[in-house]
Amino acid sequence: MNFPILSSLIILPTIGALFILFGRSSSKYNAAKYISLFVSLANFILSLYLWYLFDKANSGFQFVEERIWLEGFINYKVGIDGISILFIILTTFITPLCIISVNSTIKNRLKDFLVAILFMETMMIGVFCSLDLVIFYLFFEAGLIPMFLIIGIWGGERRVYSAFKFFLYTLLGSVLMLIAIITIYWMTGTTDVIELYQIGIDAKYQDLLWLAFFSSFAVKTPMWPVHTWLPDAHVEAPTAGSVLLAAILLKMAGYGFIRFSVGLFPVASEYFVPLVFGLSLIAIVYTSLVALMQEDMKKLIAYSSVAHMGFVTMGIFTMTPQGIEGSIFQMISHGIISAALFLCVGVVYERMHTREINKYGGIVSVMPRYAVVFMIFTLGSLGLPGTTGFIGEFLILLGTFKVNFLVATIASLGVILGAAYMLWLYKRVVFGEIKNTEVNKLVDLKRSEMIILSVLAFVSILFGFYPDPLLSTTSASVQGLIDLFNININISTASNL
Amino acid sequence: MMNLDLIFPEIFLSLSIMFLLMVGVFKKNSENIVYNLSTIILLILLALVVNLFSVSETFVFNNSYKIDSLSSFMKTLTILSAIFVMISSFSYLKKSNILKIEYPILILSSILGMMIMISSNDLIIFYLGLELQSLALYVLASFNRDNVLSSESGLKYFVLSALSSGLLLYGCSLVYGFSGSTNFTYISNTPTNTEYGIIFGLVFIIVGLAFKISAVPFHMWAPDVYQGSPTSVTLFFAALPKVAALTVFIRILYTPFINLIDQWQTILVFISVASMIFGAVAAIGQSNLKRLIAYSSISHMGYALAGLASGSNQGIQSSIMYISIYLVMTLAFFSCLLMLRKKNIFYEKIEDLSGLSINHPILSISFLVVLFSLAGIPPLAGFFAKFYIFMAVIEQSMYFLAIVGLLSTVIAAFYYLRLIKIIYFDKPKEKYETDHTIGLKVTLAISTGMLILYFIYPGLLNEMVSRIAVI
Repeated sequence: MNFPILSSLIILPTIGALFILFGRSSSKYNAAKYISLFVSLANFILSLYLWYLFDKANSGFQFVEERIWLEGFINYKVGIDGISILFIILTTFITPLCIISVNSTIKNRLKDFLVAILFMETMMIGVFCSLDLVIFYLFFEAGLIPMFLIIGIWGGERRVYSAFKFFLYTLLGSVLMLIAIITIYWMTGTTDVIELYQIGIDAKYQDLLWLAFFSSFAVKTPMWPVHTWLPDAHVEAPTAGSVLLAAILLKMAGYGFIRFSVGLFPVASEYFVPLVFGLSLIAIVYTSLVALMQEDMKKLIAYSSVAHMGFVTMGIFTMTPQGIEGSIFQMISHGIISAALFLCVGVVYERMHTREINKYGGIVSVMPRYAVVFMIFTLGSLGLPGTTGFIGEFLILLGTFKVNFLVATIASLGVILGAAYMLWLYKRVVFGEIKNTEVNKLVDLKRSEMIILSVLAFVSILFGFYPDPLLSTTSASVQGLIDLFNININISTASNL
Repeated sequence: MMNLDLIFPEIFLSLSIMFLLMVGVFKKNSENIVYNLSTIILLILLALVVNLFSVSETFVFNNSYKIDSLSSFMKTLTILSAIFVMISSFSYLKKSNILKIEYPILILSSILGMMIMISSNDLIIFYLGLELQSLALYVLASFNRDNVLSSESGLKYFVLSALSSGLLLYGCSLVYGFSGSTNFTYISNTPTNTEYGIIFGLVFIIVGLAFKISAVPFHMWAPDVYQGSPTSVTLFFAALPKVAALTVFIRILYTPFINLIDQWQTILVFISVASMIFGAVAAIGQSNLKRLIAYSSISHMGYALAGLASGSNQGIQSSIMYISIYLVMTLAFFSCLLMLRKKNIFYEKIEDLSGLSINHPILSISFLVVLFSLAGIPPLAGFFAKFYIFMAVIEQSMYFLAIVGLLSTVIAAFYYLRLIKIIYFDKPKEKYETDHTIGLKVTLAISTGMLILYFIYPGLLNEMVSRIAVI
């Protein structure tokens, strides 16, 4: 394996972005659009090829590349295992769809927008590939810059407030992680994740380090009570921004929990399970209730994201194969479905310039095709069997029942609430009589919108009926992680006796 | 025979200054010539100083002057940034009608002072260098003498600086009285160097130095002086004197007073924490960019001192790297600032940046890079500067300092973001003129490029700095 396929994945979008940035600026943006579409599709194909080459039976890291970066200090190290590869494919899959969707949603400064999205893609892939804590931090934080600009420049009315809130919240969470990373370096002499898995970190210090990492991931996930930036950011961000945010950015934290919290600090992870379960339950039940009350479509979906991510964190900390695989599956599924839902909202917002649910009603008679697509994703979001949403939630609940009956029961309530707010949203928007005369003027889906949404619907249903390709990719690595976890727990209990 | 060739750069610079003075006196309207000549002189000086890199630690003039890796590196840094300061501020001086022959000569003499400070191994030599540097700076601050603010800033700087020099001198004399010498090496070998008199003296010296690098609580002059001085002088102020003062800080703390580390470490931690927090909080309310950068530089000096406070070689090296990256960021920031010009008026209010990204996309991207770098967001160079500092601080288990430092970066991020918001999210104003000199453009391009590309090969600076071992 000589061709640096992961580095190419990381660098390709940046090269595309530089081309657009320094290319001749023409008054028509077509060139920029085609370059970015081409680059992101190339990246998608490359990532599929990566999946093809990927050895599913191997639980270790593959395609590892290592280069000296800071001599004798930190090396640039990337590699993937069954956990990260799906996120990479999700990223490369969603980005071209975002780029197609900007056709209709972004009116001004399209070129800058595409540049920001491509930079964003580099950072996101980097996060999922990096096998060094410092490199991970670098990508994790650098992603803030393009997202800040995406929300701030192309956002809605309260965009400045939302952009600041987003940036400062996440930055505050992350700086503590930086302290933890440096502390790990001085304790163990390395920030290389593979080595750290082998060495292990002294159980005495794990609690504090875990909390420092947790502060960063909890903000990014987002977990209750630090979730408040998400509804604001979602509501103000342009459609493509919301899609990226919901589909991929939130997954960075879930991925971080699996890779770093569980992997590096098993003892502390075990210790803090009640905390995570508690916060996840609050997120599931409370934010679902909040979602019920929303008047704004985007806000409703944003709160539903918080609830869905609550399932994810709960699943991860069950430390069972079902729970963790379910979490990964749920993240992928949420990435597809919430992206689609935000796109659906974007479709009607662009025509009506309002996201208020009351202004809609009876769309079904004007936009039948839209109603069908929206229906698929609504059902996917509430976890109907036959969509990806079901499998994720089912596996997570399966894992949780194994560990804690009470928690699982309460979480199941969340599923019912999820069905309630999604169906109610659908009813209010799509069915009923047409009260607002504006609705009559709506036009059904355009071709580009149809392409994006049907691709997403197809994927969501495909993996809903046939989840095996995804699950079989992750299972070996998840099992490896759990084995590592159990070994560490056994060692620490043995030493405590 | 003393090793005259070791101090040849200083001799060359002194002679050049006199030569330039002569040119200025005997040739009418020679501002341009003197200015260009002085840039050339700086280039030659750079070559001379780089030439001394290979010299291992050597003392000259009765142990009162020291040439080592630290001094060579810092001198190079000083001269290099001075060159960029000179080439970037030419058009500003010309357009604001303050290009006089004294200007480059004063800059050169203050650089001479800095070089002496950097190499000093004796309290008297150090003081001489400091005063030579400061005297030139007083005049430079009030160089735009028709402007009230400029005169005010010169006077303010002079009065406060004189006060701090007095304190410094008092400290020096205490140290001399209790140790019997002014020589750093001698003081460090004195058996009585933990006496109270010496500690008092050290405190006064630290106060004087803290004043020079504008660390809290001795920062009061900085915002006014930064705002009042001509922008090119502000750039000079924000960048160069800090390098020299930081070097002296390193020399004094780690050579004669290394035994007092417990005493000065507490002081330094306090100064550093106070600077970081104050600089971050006070900048939020500012409406003038130069004032804002003054507070920002206070906060940045807090980080540089945090590295020094850690009391390890790693800490010193991290401070040096911090100040190097800080210099680049300052240069880039001011080059952006100097480009905000319309009809020979230079704009320096925050509102003047409003919507800059619409009319000046390239300039705005540079601003974006500089501001995110100042805020310490990866992958820009500013992040690495902070990263090294925290590496050193956490190595010494000074978690309090690290946590306060990182939290204040979050606070500071707010006002940098506010600038970005104004540049990118707000409504555009009238266009600025775009006919900038090549020098200014080159400075901006190089400095911004360094900030962006630093992450590709961060080992380069590390390698250079790692040769500097003070302890």
